[in-house]
Amino acid sequence: MKKLIIAGKEFNSRLFLGTGKFNSNPLMEASILASGTEMVTVAMKRIELDNKDDDMLRHIVHPHIQLLPNTSGVRDAEEAVFAAQMAREAFGTNWLKLEIHPDPRYLLPDSTETLKATEQLVKLGFTVLPYCQADPTLCKHLEEAGAATVMPLGAPIGTNKGLQTRDFLRIIIEQSNIPVVVDAGIGAPSHAAEAMEMGADACLVNTAIAVAGDPVEMAVAFKEAVIAGRRAFEAGLGTQAQSLIASASSPLTSFLND
Amino acid sequence: MNVTVNNQQTTLPEGSTVAALAARLELPEKGVAIAVNNRMVPRTQWDTHPLTEGDSLVIIKAACGG
Repeated sequence: MKKLIIAGKEFNSRLFLGTGKFNSNPLMEASILASGTEMVTVAMKRIELDNKDDDMLRHIVHPHIQLLPNTSGVRDAEEAVFAAQMAREAFGTNWLKLEIHPDPRYLLPDSTETLKATEQLVKLGFTVLPYCQADPTLCKHLEEAGAATVMPLGAPIGTNKGLQTRDFLRIIIEQSNIPVVVDAGIGAPSHAAEAMEMGADACLVNTAIAVAGDPVEMAVAFKEAVIAGRRAFEAGLGTQAQSLIASASSPLTSFLND
Repeated sequence: MNVTVNNQQTTLPEGSTVAALAARLELPEKGVAIAVNNRMVPRTQWDTHPLTEGDSLVIIKAACGG
């Protein structure tokens, strides 16, 4: 299986994990390690002056894991640049999952602000991985602006509805010269495998693992699905027939009639 | 002097720096960032960045998220 390369950095795993919604930090850490991921997202929140809760960071910092701070909560490009600078200072990395979704109901990314922020952040030296609409034209603009990947959505965040945008994802994958990471909406290992079979370079999964009955076991299931899907893509899938007329894969038992 | 930290009123000795506030709050070595009046102050400048009456500070740390 080919290694994934983003901004010159090699990744052995094509599965990225989000850290939201786990029941506990130890369970989150166990799921991350079981998944084999080498890229994990982290959000930011304001500290509470009188509440010293468990520091989640220590559960995700491992030598093989690239932290990917996100800008969740920002509403426009200006806030995103501010959040990015805070993230770089707090986590010591230029890598950034840019997400600008001002609408709390559907959490759909704002394309105009995302493009504007990408242009600014690239100039400021960030490695920008923008969460974006599954819009092939937008993805080309993000690529031209210097994004390290594009991360189009399969379906709205947390819905587990799979690749509702599959036809557009196909176009994005066909046209992209930077890695395509399918983000959001992947609700089952089969969805991840489908994305990888289509030629996506990686998948980002959070809710489907975090809210599973057994998150650690589900993390393994996603790991295997992403590997299977990628292997299938690299092996070259057979073409789908246009009709239901069968094509024998065994010699028919014609000898019985001879 | 009075400043706000994450929208909470806080009284500090006159002449306090960002570093003094960080020490007072027992902030960890890693994983936090501070902005004063919406401008991020790098940790290397905490010692030399004075706070003044009415400053608005934002202090963030890591949180779970996708």
